[in-house]
Amino acid sequence: MKPMAERDFANPLPINTADRGGRQQPMLLVQSLKKHFPVKSGLLQRQKGAVRAVDNISFSVLKGETLGIVGESGCGKSTLARLLMHLITADACTLVFDGDPVSEIRGITLRDLRKNMQMVFQDSYSSLNPRLPIRNTIAYGPVVHGMAKSDAERLANDLLNRVGLRSEIYGARYPHELSGGQKQRVNIARALALTPRVLILDEAVSALDKSVEAQVLNLLNELKRDFNLTYLFISHDLNVVQYISDRVLVMYLGQVVEIGPVEEIYGNPRHPYTRALLQSRLSMNPAERVTEPPIGGDPPNPINPPSGCRFRTRCIFAEGVCEASQPTLDAVTGDRHPAACHMTDPMSGHTKAAA
Amino acid sequence: MVYDTHALAAPPSPASTGTPLVEVRDLSVEFVSRESTTRAVNGVSFSLAPGEVLCIIGESGSGKSVTMRALMKLHPAKHTRISGYMRVADHEVSAHSEREMRDIRGSHISMIFQEPMTSLDPVYRIGDQIAETVVHHKKCSRADGYARALELLKLVGVPSPERRLKAYPHELSGGLRQRAMIAVALSCSPTLLLADEPTTALDATVQIQVLVLLRRLQQELGMAVIFVTHDLSVAAQIADKVAVMYAGRIVEYGSVADVLQHPAHPYTQGMLASTVSGHMRGQIIEAIPGSPPDMRVRIEGCSFVPRCKSVKPACRRGTPALVDVLQGHQAACANFV
Repeated sequence: MKPMAERDFANPLPINTADRGGRQQPMLLVQSLKKHFPVKSGLLQRQKGAVRAVDNISFSVLKGETLGIVGESGCGKSTLARLLMHLITADACTLVFDGDPVSEIRGITLRDLRKNMQMVFQDSYSSLNPRLPIRNTIAYGPVVHGMAKSDAERLANDLLNRVGLRSEIYGARYPHELSGGQKQRVNIARALALTPRVLILDEAVSALDKSVEAQVLNLLNELKRDFNLTYLFISHDLNVVQYISDRVLVMYLGQVVEIGPVEEIYGNPRHPYTRALLQSRLSMNPAERVTEPPIGGDPPNPINPPSGCRFRTRCIFAEGVCEASQPTLDAVTGDRHPAACHMTDPMSGHTKAAA
Repeated sequence: MVYDTHALAAPPSPASTGTPLVEVRDLSVEFVSRESTTRAVNGVSFSLAPGEVLCIIGESGSGKSVTMRALMKLHPAKHTRISGYMRVADHEVSAHSEREMRDIRGSHISMIFQEPMTSLDPVYRIGDQIAETVVHHKKCSRADGYARALELLKLVGVPSPERRLKAYPHELSGGLRQRAMIAVALSCSPTLLLADEPTTALDATVQIQVLVLLRRLQQELGMAVIFVTHDLSVAAQIADKVAVMYAGRIVEYGSVADVLQHPAHPYTQGMLASTVSGHMRGQIIEAIPGSPPDMRVRIEGCSFVPRCKSVKPACRRGTPALVDVLQGHQAACANFV
């Protein structure tokens, strides 16, 4: 885990009192995360294969940064978020939260992890209890974690005001009485109620209208500064990810194809998939119309992913080596912007490999 | 029966002599329930020339899809009050019975939707669904219908179309499903295609393929298209004309270059300013404050007043009409009166 050296220390963040591992310790260290969903069929429900939703992913999230995760639908980005929250159990994973291994001896418990790491979902309505006034929804978590009910309600009121909903007007309302943007503000307030250090935002602004999306993005930036948060921001919208992220992780079919600082990913993409994804962004200028799509086809089925490099079926540079062997992300060690492509590895044998 | 793209081209209609293909005047749509009346569309007027692409842009609840569905007469008559004049080619929509509309839908006017999985029938093969439409409207044999289905799948760029004819919708990927739905819609060479956010549910790399395809088909077949979207950059890719809707009214109308490059209405300006782009990093986005109005409540004056930054006393007095800002570029704002 190397990219610490590039952190900007000219403007250090206030040290969170909960900080255990020190400023250099990554907030989250994920190693060899794997989840295969079995596909069963037939009379005896025998396993016929597996959806390789997340296949051997390793990355780290630094303290105080926003890590953007982009990819197309079915690439495993939401599964990744749910695995980190332990909403679904991983097949294999080592998760280290601020120096403490999660749910291991001498590590932190799952309960403590969830207190420190909270999630905001895409569907703002289905993630709220329709029968609870929103003040009680926000106070629910703190009460479960041992706070007195009156204190929890006071906290809920403060948080509602903080996310821009006046508690005396909105506190007693039910979710169906709020607009989409307001509901998402409630979800953010609820996520903050346990004073977490990490917030996982899974397509949190994708369902909102553009004018409301901008308001919520501004709010997220404010909250991050005021509460000293670390964000994992999952989205399919490349413009939003570029706006909010410090580093970006690009996923394709359950694997990480490229990770690096936002200006590197957008300014100098190394993986052909990242390049195609960036070229698929539409210009707001009607004079700059795209006449030729950058890549053809849809992402393949993750049940039987292609051998070797998973992108080779859509890649214009695919060669024999791409079919034979799988490129790895850290082929070149000490790189702060690695890409899982044979063309970036001089030893791979790809004819276009950088010398 | 032999088809090629040339033969598919829309037959010359009386519209090609200068009269618009679509004319909508003072359309209002209200949804009535026991508790409330929702005024979804309030006096929308526009016209569309043959072969022209009009994008209707707006946020959710602005009435853009309701306007389009009214053109197809898809709203349940029992709970809907529609007033105003709508004409497509020689058909005055309100004058037709439900039975006559069934012959018009799919032949003269076709529609494609956002979610191909819910608009294709899951228990019929793709080929059957395309052939069914052809057989119904052209009164041809089933074999001819199948030949036409194969032709259409080739036209919309489905790889190995012979195999895909026998596929069920769930066996296709999202992009292929959307292409299959476009094939159904184009099966009888409509003169007008209505597209309701057809690329919103697709991935970025697939969305651009479908947009390029729609643009190419529109030009080759000479169809007029009304394209509803909330995404300004999609409009920039496909539109000739743009109508911006807010709270059930058209607030700005003009050529795509005029509206997106020189927006006149404060709402359009706000939409453009609040669209996130990468170079805004580290800055606060200029969001439009507040949220769209509740359409169950009748609003006096301009409905954008609560969110507008340049409110004048005149804005609260009456609903502003669309007036010319420049030649062919109109905005409904008291600042231009």
